[in-house]
Amino acid sequence: MKKKLTFAAALLAASVLGGVANAKTLVYCSEASPANFDPGTTTGGNDFDASSRTVYSRLVEFKHGGTEIEPGLADKWDISDDGLVYTFHLHPGVKFQTTDYFKPTRDLNADDVVFSFDRQFNKENPWNGEKYLPNLTWDYYTGMDMPKYVAKWEKVDDLTVKLTLTEPNAPMLANLGMDFASIVSKEYAEQLEKSGKMADFSTKPIGTGPFQFVDYQLDSVIRYAAHPDYFKGKEKIDDLVFAITPDATARIQKVLAGECDIAPYPNPADIGTIKANQDVTLMDQAGLNIGYMSYNTTIPPLDKPEVRHALNQAIDREALIKSLFQDAGATPADNLIPPTMWSWDKSVKFDSYDPEAAKKVLADAGLKEIQLWASDRVRPYNPNFQRAAELIQADWAKVGVKAEIVSYEWTKYREEGKKKERPGAFQIGWTGDNGDPDNFFATLFACSAIGVSNYSSWCDKDFEDLIQKAKKTSDQGERTKLYEQAQVVFQKQAPAFLMAHSQVYAVVRKNVSGFMMDPLGIHRFDGVDKAE
Amino acid sequence: MLRYLLHKIVLVLPTLIGITICAFAFVRLLPGDPILAMAGEHGVSPARYEELKEQFGYNLPIWQQYAHYVRDAATGNFGVSISSKRPVIEDFMTLFPATIELSFFALIFAMVLGIPAGIVAAVKRGSWFDQSLMGTALVGYSMPIFWWGLLLIIFFSGYLGWTPVSGRIGLQFFFKPITGFMTVDTLLYGKLDAFRSALSHLVLPAVVLGTIPLAVIARQTRSAMLEVLGEDYVRTARAKGLSSARVIGVHALRNALIPVVTTIGLQVGTLLAGAILTETIFAWPGIGKWMVDSIFKRDYVVVQSGLLLIALIVMAVNLIVDVLYAVINPRIRAA
Repeated sequence: MKKKLTFAAALLAASVLGGVANAKTLVYCSEASPANFDPGTTTGGNDFDASSRTVYSRLVEFKHGGTEIEPGLADKWDISDDGLVYTFHLHPGVKFQTTDYFKPTRDLNADDVVFSFDRQFNKENPWNGEKYLPNLTWDYYTGMDMPKYVAKWEKVDDLTVKLTLTEPNAPMLANLGMDFASIVSKEYAEQLEKSGKMADFSTKPIGTGPFQFVDYQLDSVIRYAAHPDYFKGKEKIDDLVFAITPDATARIQKVLAGECDIAPYPNPADIGTIKANQDVTLMDQAGLNIGYMSYNTTIPPLDKPEVRHALNQAIDREALIKSLFQDAGATPADNLIPPTMWSWDKSVKFDSYDPEAAKKVLADAGLKEIQLWASDRVRPYNPNFQRAAELIQADWAKVGVKAEIVSYEWTKYREEGKKKERPGAFQIGWTGDNGDPDNFFATLFACSAIGVSNYSSWCDKDFEDLIQKAKKTSDQGERTKLYEQAQVVFQKQAPAFLMAHSQVYAVVRKNVSGFMMDPLGIHRFDGVDKAE
Repeated sequence: MLRYLLHKIVLVLPTLIGITICAFAFVRLLPGDPILAMAGEHGVSPARYEELKEQFGYNLPIWQQYAHYVRDAATGNFGVSISSKRPVIEDFMTLFPATIELSFFALIFAMVLGIPAGIVAAVKRGSWFDQSLMGTALVGYSMPIFWWGLLLIIFFSGYLGWTPVSGRIGLQFFFKPITGFMTVDTLLYGKLDAFRSALSHLVLPAVVLGTIPLAVIARQTRSAMLEVLGEDYVRTARAKGLSSARVIGVHALRNALIPVVTTIGLQVGTLLAGAILTETIFAWPGIGKWMVDSIFKRDYVVVQSGLLLIALIVMAVNLIVDVLYAVINPRIRAA
């Protein structure tokens, strides 16, 4: 009997859910299955595409296709003169999604905002630990140093939230646009807590975003429908489907065959085929990343900027990039930050290839041998450390410097490489988190990052003053000027060889409009439309 | 018979222990500290590192970690995925039907083509058919699955447009799984167009996954058939004036099939191993793809328990085959 009933229920569900044949459906061939649908608990770009960027909204948002901050659930915000207190004014009448598993009785309010953050650090909050999900680590909340900077979150009234910091921190606003800062429903959480189904919070998401969750068939298909009461207006697409397709070649064949409309990350080898096809467009952008090589600036003769410049000049960077990235291409880096990021200084140029000049300086400095570090891992900003090391080794040999290649497995590599006394040149790179320049400059080259992620052990007073001041200034115009100056200092001091920002690609069918590449590496479907 | 069964089960135990050790050691021999791997480029502070180590139980001595693992596995607790936070066994049960369905069709494909081809090759031994079949089987046996799958996709789905590129069913079909077998569920719902879509999605992955078993079965059938055709009773049957079809189809084939059945049973291991690659290429939501995803995510809990579960299944199937073999062939029991 029970079996019969289940079958009848399933049949009913099928007939109800099946009747969407005439709706406008957009199919996105995603690269991997999401770990779950709670963006506070996950770390992968594919997790965020499937949860935070579809189902949820945040207090502030990144401008579509850029790294600037614009209003989200907060219409506006005030920052106190000392930079310690942020007051957010919420958009009135924001509706949470109504689904077959949750019917909201109230609009979004300050309680939801406070709860969304409180659950990520407050050990007393039942949603912080094992009671909700096993092995919770809240990686991004801790990774972005939120515990260090946030003193408290407070509800002022239903539509006003106050955030107090422990010290001024301008990048905080960008942090609040990140995926982990998605705003969840406190009412839904309470309902699940009462019914004892807390884990559902991560598998059946409820948010205020452009699309609402319909169904997930494990490792196969995720279905969403447009959120009819979305506070920025209902989307033009009725149904959004993620067809999970891990193999890059199969993914591209699916777009070419019309089985999906958009697919990310094609294989470099397929780029020619894609370009030749009339039905699809290949979109590209310099990714929010940098591949570079840190010199230990504390060990002579690498402590002299002219020696570091000479090593840079000795490398045929164009040939190196071509050999490493091949058809996929990469943008040669002039600055530590990529050109898609605000404050990028176009007047700064990286050292040009000049082996003759380099030879003389290096001979005068007496540099004959150097360690050159390479790991085994493929990274977005460097597809082959080993090959890069061999090419650089050959270039340096031409100017009389013998490089010894030092290799370790990736984890050990970074462990050894970050040590303050590590000698030589260390290949590494970075992929940005929140689109704020601080996330590059301070994370990678602040004095306090020595021994952690400042692989050059470089502590320059001018540079440090500029980036610390920029961190504490909330005016973006002012911050831009400070970071521009920091880039000039960086170029002069040359603590590293800057290689390239790798390109990021997506393949889109020609009848799709409104899709944009995002420097943050996310894939957004708000504002996307499709002609039949 | 019971004694035979018990004997077989006792023999399985050391293998089982070996597998737990291998699965446990394997994930720990993989390069990269699991916690640092989770932390990515950001790294973790030493204090947080210790905290996480304790949370995941990596601070305990290695033998103790192993003891916990065996104890948990023995009580049916296969742990919770580090990335999805769901119980491993839950995801395994959801995904396993897809792998069974694919393997089943791959095996059908391999048997339907392999057995007749093997018989014909044996009967026409030394003919051009026999020679080219054995040549083809050798190629099939050494086929790199990944390359073969992509080649078929590009040709049949991309160039000819005959088959869908990947997935399990057309995206327009959407229903809650009942059995988890797409071909069965579509029929239970009475949706013929959905059933056709599910079948069309099975064609390429089943062919790719069935290629190696096809080669093995064809070769095995041929050699078993050749052996049997030389036996006295076949000669007697011929001498009695039975038709050639009856001699081959009844007298020879029935006896030749005994080793072939064993071979087919042993293909389960090959199928599950092949599923890892096939499922990844064809976006087939089964346990093979799940294992690959988990290895890339350094989700050690899933890899370790997934390996154990898969090994258990292969062992169980082999045990069943052994027993079936004994049922078909009484001589084995006595031995």
